[in-house]
Amino acid sequence: MTSVVLEGVSKVFNAGRADEVTALTGVDLTVARGEFVSLIGPSGCGKSTLLRLVGDLIQPTSGAITVAGKSARTARVDQEYGIAFQQAGLFDWRTVQRNVELPLELRGSPRQERHDRAREMLDLVGLAEFAGHYPAQLSGGMQQRVAIARALAVHPPLLLMDEPFGALDEMTRERLQDELLRICASTGTSTIFVTHSIPEAVYLSDRVVVMSARPGRITEVVPVDLGPRTEATRQSPGFFAGITKVRKALRGDPVPAAEPLVAP
Amino acid sequence: MNRRLRLALGGVGAVLVGVALWEGYKAVGDPDGTVLFGARVLPRTDDAAMPHVWTVLSRFGDPELAGGDPIWLVVLQACLFTLRSVAIGFVAGALVGLLLAVLMQRLRVVERGLLPYVILSQTVPLIALAPVIAGWGGRLAIGPYPWQPWMSVTVIALYLAFFPVAVGMLRGLQSPAPIAEELMRSYAAGWWRTLVKLRLPASTPYLFPALRLAAAAAVVGAVVGEISTGTRGGVGRLVIEYSREATTDPAKVFTAMVGAAALGLAVAAIVGLGEFLVGRRRVRA
Repeated sequence: MTSVVLEGVSKVFNAGRADEVTALTGVDLTVARGEFVSLIGPSGCGKSTLLRLVGDLIQPTSGAITVAGKSARTARVDQEYGIAFQQAGLFDWRTVQRNVELPLELRGSPRQERHDRAREMLDLVGLAEFAGHYPAQLSGGMQQRVAIARALAVHPPLLLMDEPFGALDEMTRERLQDELLRICASTGTSTIFVTHSIPEAVYLSDRVVVMSARPGRITEVVPVDLGPRTEATRQSPGFFAGITKVRKALRGDPVPAAEPLVAP
Repeated sequence: MNRRLRLALGGVGAVLVGVALWEGYKAVGDPDGTVLFGARVLPRTDDAAMPHVWTVLSRFGDPELAGGDPIWLVVLQACLFTLRSVAIGFVAGALVGLLLAVLMQRLRVVERGLLPYVILSQTVPLIALAPVIAGWGGRLAIGPYPWQPWMSVTVIALYLAFFPVAVGMLRGLQSPAPIAEELMRSYAAGWWRTLVKLRLPASTPYLFPALRLAAAAAVVGAVVGEISTGTRGGVGRLVIEYSREATTDPAKVFTAMVGAAALGLAVAAIVGLGEFLVGRRRVRA
């Protein structure tokens, strides 16, 4: 069962003008249900563009995008995905609770259901006792967790994340990574995750999609199999091997079939 | 409580400082004013130009004309008459401003086409505009009701009040970050729901400063409108009438000015109260 299918997708900004930019070209990608896929690459390689295409926030110049078996537009209208950005983007005139309720409100869910669902999501990200607070009263990490709760509120089968932990300190970041994996595992959500960090991509993903710039395209897909993540995973040889593979792919070196296990 | 007390003390203090400055200058200034190179740089301080504060206050208690109503009552009634124009002009002006801002936000082409005219509208001198509005009004009737002079005054108040709201709200409606707009799009929220759930709440920090400016502009517009259209019954008319008696009864014109100032303060206080009521629900970090 597939969650997302991209076939021959390309995106050209300002087509036909002097400042024409080919952001993406010839992208084929399939994300299976429940799979965690990271997009990694240098700035300007079009990974955020790719994410926005899947979310139907922008339209492709050519190619086809299918989300949950429907066109990207229909999937957006049906709220088949939740999205989170680098900034939490909470509405500062709403309490934490009401921020998480927002997507449910726009979907027209009844009051009681909204309330219960938002509570459940805040429990999931460990912020139940902050439901009545305003965003300005929370730390950056807590705001980001609220944003994730909001993205998950409609129980979407797909989660789109654009560098959601990019602005956080390393400790918060690692804690939220573990939390995200736990949430995705418990809800069976498929995830497309844009990041700049190689260790983050390797730690979180089932597959790391490596991209390059000018024109933006997929150069390599690195499968990662670290099993269930534990405390030891971040020190395991498999983790470092994955990092090496992704790093080489980013540099454009050919990856040998049998990669030796070397710590960097 | 402590904060409120300090606020009240600050208000009383400001009035006392104002009185002290007035009386202080009157005590030390040259009665004929200070003239430098043929130009008067400081005003006269004699009782005709600057009556004592207590003279003005006691004038409030005396009848307007021999045997008539006490002047405080006349000024109060005039202020209430003007308040009608101010209130209707302010509310209608705020609505017009809001509508224009929403239109300009919705369609860039409207913003580009309309905004210059909105700004241009405020450069037309009010004194020139007022008789024109009064003249147009004289040929209008709302159903069976003939156009009243105070309606022209209301239109002038509206004309000044809409501007700060239109400009301020346009900024406010455009203030949400791009990701907030993408978020609303990801929820499949259309233009109207994005307006209600995102743009309008996001613009309240811009709305209230704009409303305070609009309130002040509505008061100025109404008073100046009354003066320049010669509308009877309002405080603007009183200022004109009483200033004709300035040589024989200098304190009288100051009672009308105090009345106009009090009207401005009252309208500002109403806007402040509205802001307080809305603000209570907002961030208390």
